[in-house]
Amino acid sequence: MLLQVRDLKTYFDTRKGPVKAVDGVSYDVDRGEIVALVGESGCGKTVSALSLIQLIPVPPGKIVSGQAVFEGKDLLKMNGDEIHEVRGRRIAVVFQEPMTSLNPVLTIGRQLTEGLMEHKIKSAKEAEDEAVKLLEQVGIVDGRRRLNQYPDQFSGGMRQRVMLAIALACRPGLIIADEPTTAVDVTVQAQLLELLVGLTKNAGVALMLITHNMGVVAKYAHRINVMYAGRIVERAATKELFKKPLHPYTRALLSCIPRLDEVQGARLCTIQGQPPDLVRRPPGCAFVPRCAEAREECSQEWPSLREVFPEHSVACILYQ
Amino acid sequence: MSQTQNGVLVKVRNLVKYFPVTRGLIIARHVADIKAVDDVSFAIHKGETLGLVGESGSGKTTVGKCLLRLYEPTSGQIVFDGVDLCKLDEASLRELRVKMQPIYQDPYSSLNPRHTVADIVSEPLIVHGLASGRRARERVDELLQMVGLDPEFAERYPHMFSGGQRQRIGVARAIATRPAFIVCDEPVSALDVSIQSQIVNLLGDLKSQLNLTLLFISHDLSVVRHISNRIAVMYLGRIVELAPSRNLYDEPLHPYSQALLSAIPIPDPEIEEKRRRIILKGEIPSLLNPPPGCTFHPRCPVAIDICSKQVPEFREISGRWVACHLVK
Repeated sequence: MLLQVRDLKTYFDTRKGPVKAVDGVSYDVDRGEIVALVGESGCGKTVSALSLIQLIPVPPGKIVSGQAVFEGKDLLKMNGDEIHEVRGRRIAVVFQEPMTSLNPVLTIGRQLTEGLMEHKIKSAKEAEDEAVKLLEQVGIVDGRRRLNQYPDQFSGGMRQRVMLAIALACRPGLIIADEPTTAVDVTVQAQLLELLVGLTKNAGVALMLITHNMGVVAKYAHRINVMYAGRIVERAATKELFKKPLHPYTRALLSCIPRLDEVQGARLCTIQGQPPDLVRRPPGCAFVPRCAEAREECSQEWPSLREVFPEHSVACILYQ
Repeated sequence: MSQTQNGVLVKVRNLVKYFPVTRGLIIARHVADIKAVDDVSFAIHKGETLGLVGESGSGKTTVGKCLLRLYEPTSGQIVFDGVDLCKLDEASLRELRVKMQPIYQDPYSSLNPRHTVADIVSEPLIVHGLASGRRARERVDELLQMVGLDPEFAERYPHMFSGGQRQRIGVARAIATRPAFIVCDEPVSALDVSIQSQIVNLLGDLKSQLNLTLLFISHDLSVVRHISNRIAVMYLGRIVELAPSRNLYDEPLHPYSQALLSAIPIPDPEIEEKRRRIILKGEIPSLLNPPPGCTFHPRCPVAIDICSKQVPEFREISGRWVACHLVK
């Protein structure tokens, strides 16, 4: 196993009280595997991934407890220097916003070679040659000239390609892709995802795909973790999850997405009510106020994730 | 208001909207045009929902704003309920605006944070002199109920609501004047999927209750397909295809429509395994200097010689419209 996360809790202090953004999350990522974290905004999918490389602002954020064993070492116990060695080199991140995640006053070349030189993998000359190769890999021709250009000379899709190249530069073991294609148009999204998945597959890199787009995970993920209110409520292999969703939230989520291939004119199923308030979360299952199948016991305790079929776990009292 | 023919509520003919690009601070020189909308024609029937899809920069929002005459079209004709909007003076236009209202994308920036919900929803009533005082307030309560909000919320401010609730407030404001036509510009794009479906259903319900005609602008084809009777696909300022929703999805004629549809993953892994995808090369060219001929030809997988030379005519083929040299 490449990465084993156990009982991760990340809270944020606010004036209203602690926000339990991630509240006891456990998951695994195998070598070369594509694992998805899906859920709506505020469910904790991004925080649970960025906590791994201590990329959350402290304060107000705080990793309260948990373990994240990556290549044999616990990431959460590492000090500043140690985690610095992991970031970019062993675990790389592709962020959502190609417009803001590149530094506008540094050349593309500088940003591409930064990791290689920082981690003393390559000398300046070698790093530059490597950067040209990387740009070629992500489909940017004329790389040598492009190295001296600035991000504003690249389109949105091109910038996201540069981000992919930066992520791949140090040959990491894991890439965290946080909504990598949400900010680009659909035709460009298709190009980028094909590229990202193709490159990680060739390089044997594991991919943690964070997204709210169920279509994207259906196409690319091997395994899916569905998150709600800071916890994983269901986990299964992709086909299994779509064929046999168990948790009432997963079922509702899948049925409320309009599909290209649906019968037209039917009413969309909806999930009543609003997403939960993470500050004043009641003790039981956080989905209770919106759940059609909630019982009285549901408000007492949030059941933990339990394997009910082989490789298929769910956190719901209906399956205990 | 005059009688309209064939139940057409909005008719757009050869609509063009250029935004001039100028250089120089004191003496602004006109150096180029951004051709946001370049010769677009279509009609919206009474009681119909017309979907308008396209990627960013395709001109779909500009079309919507021209229809409400929030933008002054460069040329062309927009006939609303028998009246040519482009020829109206301010006063008559204001009168007509009662009948056409917008719903915007971002429920965070489209509501004034310093106004209460009652202020926001009653504003169109007061501006158009339809109601005031207690009458307006009663209408606000009624409208809030229609969009599924508790009338007790009327004295609250927008920041106290979630995104989905704010969008309901936006919908209440839009239907306040009992309009016949609403331009919905990406009304659910900023919302989470579980909330999206609530708003989509709400719009569908109100449409049949109030006998509305909608122009539904979105980049999300799955949502557009769900709600629309017919769909127009835009690319670089032009409509490349216009067809009944079902036909467009079952058998898209224009190569761009085909690629756009195939690029959207369906949330079903078994279907996805078998689907053939058309991955387009490159990105959308600049509107400042669009390619000659068919603007899609540099990215088109099936382009031939003529495509780079001649603009294809937007023509009708058995009830659907398409602009492509290759479609016979």
